[in-house]
Amino acid sequence: MFLEYTTIFIFLIVGIAMVPLMLLIGKILRPHAPDDKKTSTYECGEIPLGSSWIQFNLRFYVIAFLFLIFDVEVAFMFPVASIFKQWTQAGFGQGWLAFIEVAIFVGILLVGFAYAWHKGDLNWVRPKKKE
Amino acid sequence: MLQDIFQYWPVLQTFPFWVWSTLSVLALLFLFVFPFAGVAVYVERKIAGDIQARIGPNVVGPYGILQWIADALKLLLKEDIIPKKADRKLFIFAPMIIFMSGAASFAVIPFSENLILANLNIGIFYLIAITSLVSMGVIISGWASNNKWSLLGGLRAAAQVVSFEIPVALSLMTAALALGSLNMVDLVNAQAGMKWGIFHNPFMLILAFVYYISALAEVNRTPFDIPEAESELVSGYNTEYSGMRFAIFFLIEYADAFVICAVSTTIFLGGWHLPFLNYAHIPPFLHIPLQVTIFMTKACFLLVVMMWIRWTLPRYRVDQLMKLCWEVLVPFAFICLLGTALWMVLFQGKGFIELLGGLF
Repeated sequence: MFLEYTTIFIFLIVGIAMVPLMLLIGKILRPHAPDDKKTSTYECGEIPLGSSWIQFNLRFYVIAFLFLIFDVEVAFMFPVASIFKQWTQAGFGQGWLAFIEVAIFVGILLVGFAYAWHKGDLNWVRPKKKE
Repeated sequence: MLQDIFQYWPVLQTFPFWVWSTLSVLALLFLFVFPFAGVAVYVERKIAGDIQARIGPNVVGPYGILQWIADALKLLLKEDIIPKKADRKLFIFAPMIIFMSGAASFAVIPFSENLILANLNIGIFYLIAITSLVSMGVIISGWASNNKWSLLGGLRAAAQVVSFEIPVALSLMTAALALGSLNMVDLVNAQAGMKWGIFHNPFMLILAFVYYISALAEVNRTPFDIPEAESELVSGYNTEYSGMRFAIFFLIEYADAFVICAVSTTIFLGGWHLPFLNYAHIPPFLHIPLQVTIFMTKACFLLVVMMWIRWTLPRYRVDQLMKLCWEVLVPFAFICLLGTALWMVLFQGKGFIELLGGLF
């Protein structure tokens, strides 16, 4: 069973190595004439103004945070998911136990989700404060 | 798969395992992924032409069949411009991550019971993990291009991919819950005959659509292609990429679209099983061709539906997109998760079809 991970590892290495390979084949064939205007940043034809590493909207951080929480929740529930069917078929009590555990876990996180929704953190545009 | 082949022909064991592994990986990439992506591009352009009441490409070769080869050659021969102020190492690194994650997700696609490159016992979990790497590549490419458009486009694309990963992960987990395993081949075999995943219980029916829509948004396709929309952000995170580097982004988009269709087929549409088709009655040498045919037919049907949706619906705005994800799809996914768990407990893990069969 663990021998299959060799294939995965080789896949990752081949994946990383394939890109320079494709570009290498092209290097022989394609022209290489760097020009001042060609290598400047694209800004719809104008001369680029200012540094491009600008400060971005804080909304992205909130979304990343929400994603982190729910993804970790899903990752924790995967072991339960792989055993669930066996437990429901084993004895009547075990299935209910697993279901109640899943329900409590999901319920706690849903409370947090409802809070975030109510506060307006799920909106892309922050709602205007009522005066 | 390789171990089965070794049992059949022990003479192949003269070479170590990793040699055959590398050969099979290269064979999958060059004989399946690249031609498939190319043909998918051609089919998409023809379908787009049909839907828009025009003929698609028909100049290069009979009916334009060689168009994608011409496109690939053109992109290979274009000059590779790396902007002077761009972060050079990250600029080169971003396509590598995206390619790696896109290609490595093909390792667990069950084309047939024995034709699966790596039959991991955590197949579904591995898929979710690997497809999450795409968002990293997108952010890196947006950042490294040293271009305001690319940065904003990359961040928006990453926000979209990352938000829609929650419904995807939840639906896959619920499907694993209902079908009882994380192994891809076991998931398909739990749907033998008519017991397809989509008919397991009413919540799985809803979940199939939730998965399909969220997965469409994850590969930045169809109505959710804000990151690549020309009129919105010039070209988003791949503005500064030219030639072959751009071709890699493009190729991986189509490869990922196929992976999604394949995973949908595996989990919801029964993989290589058809109703009233019992594989015990069919001679073993016909198993692999038949299973591959059925699997590819279902996956390609879903791919054509994907293309159909793309050229029919208008594009979503970014805030509508996020609203759709967090306020519609995530609650639906959670409700379906709890509903499926409840159904499993009430009916001892039996699906709808199984219960009907037990009645007669």
